Amino acid sequence: MPQSGEHTVKAFDDDIGELRALVSEMGGIAETAIGDAMHALMKRDLETAKRVVEEDPKLNELDARCERLAVRLIALRAPMADDLREAVAAMKIANVLERIGDYAKNIAKRVPDFEQRGDIEPLSILPAMAQVVSEMVHDVLDAFAARDADKALAVIERDDAVDDFYNSLFRTLMTYMVENRHNIALSTHLLFIAKNLERVGDHAANIGEMVYFAATGEHLADRYDFVGEPGGTAVPGAAEDEE
Amino acid sequence: MTQTALTQIAEKRNAVEVDTPKMTARNVDVFYGAAQAIDDVSIDIGMENVTAFIGPSGCGKSTFLRCLNRMNDTIPIARVTGDIRLDGKDVYDSSMDVVQLRARVGMVFQKPNPFPKSIFENVAYGARIHGLASSKAEMDEIVERSLKRAGLWDEVKDRLPDSGTALSGGQQQRLCIARAIAVDPEVILMDEPCSALDPIATAKIEELIHELRGRYAIVIVTHNMQQAARVSQRTAFFHLGTLVEYGDTSELFTNPHEERTKDYITGRYG
Repeated sequence: MPQSGEHTVKAFDDDIGELRALVSEMGGIAETAIGDAMHALMKRDLETAKRVVEEDPKLNELDARCERLAVRLIALRAPMADDLREAVAAMKIANVLERIGDYAKNIAKRVPDFEQRGDIEPLSILPAMAQVVSEMVHDVLDAFAARDADKALAVIERDDAVDDFYNSLFRTLMTYMVENRHNIALSTHLLFIAKNLERVGDHAANIGEMVYFAATGEHLADRYDFVGEPGGTAVPGAAEDEE
Repeated sequence: MTQTALTQIAEKRNAVEVDTPKMTARNVDVFYGAAQAIDDVSIDIGMENVTAFIGPSGCGKSTFLRCLNRMNDTIPIARVTGDIRLDGKDVYDSSMDVVQLRARVGMVFQKPNPFPKSIFENVAYGARIHGLASSKAEMDEIVERSLKRAGLWDEVKDRLPDSGTALSGGQQQRLCIARAIAVDPEVILMDEPCSALDPIATAKIEELIHELRGRYAIVIVTHNMQQAARVSQRTAFFHLGTLVEYGDTSELFTNPHEERTKDYITGRYG
């Protein structure tokens, strides 16, 4: 018996391939959106910021396409075992990527508020934080493409670093606001941006769980106790900023 | 999770034992002449569960099913070795009355095979030869109860003297199930009971299997994996005469342990 080769019904492979390609495409767009939003923020580049906001509907559209495709696949092909897990994971991952796009858009929307301002010290931490979450999104999509459970686990573990960034930035911004009340408005924007990035990290970790389940059939939640949002619990009053 | 814990889970998942075994088979081999059709199969059939046997054509699932009530005895070149027990008693023991055994372990076949007799007589026949009714009233009661349990009563109650063969395919199959039920079996073996039926008739049989669950130990052989997934709680995957994997149906279809099971259920086989 051939091991894990192609399906006897070749069109099945085409459908699954299309679904996987769509998710990878969305991953690329989401990763770029975060990078562009951060670039716009650091360079006060209103054009790029505007483009990030304008391109967000594309992710929404692809998410809807993914869902239709996955539902059709489940209805028409009745996938089993790893095929079923993959179809469900693809549908869920697409939804999470759409949310990540929303966070990038939220960051881009705040760029005009920074336009007339010089660099403020806490802002300098953000690019490093954004770098980590971008890589998480990139790597977790690689893990999905390669069905690599270990790589997914490695991404999940990096979420702690993002939480550390956020908690440290939270304290810095508090001090900053206490020092000078004129800093409050801008600091609040920065706090929301940091929170957005922290949520992107959580979502990348969630995708990691889905990839792990799709690849192994084991639920990671049964093995880990990290379920939930570690970054959100450590700091009081860090409100969700979601669309 | 430790490696030991994972190993234990894997072993538990592939365990042949169930909590309340009605039938047990250990190290069963079946030969047709020199050809070996079943190779060292051990499995428990639970009372509480519907058990599905799946696998490609020629994998031995029907052959093994037919061992459970010694239907293979009717094939001269078939030879069965190993140990098969019903409530702990060896079904291949010389003291076992085969007719009695087949009343306790009833069977429903792929193609509905009602006797060319009336609907009433189809159901009453087995009960009569086993002496289960001492009066006409008692026999009427057995026939009605069996047809009700088989979900056929409302459709045939006004035409009991009509020939069983005049019914539709789906009705004929339910008549055969009523016939099996009439002799008060403990186990019902179903060999592809829906493969000759349309989707509606199939759904009725599946609903019936669901209703009969718990009252009888039910084993169903099916080519239709969706059907196995729908009706059973435990599934056994056979391949080339061996039992490859036996486990909870939901687990086996979402996360099969064995590569061969996965390739078969995802349509990568062959």
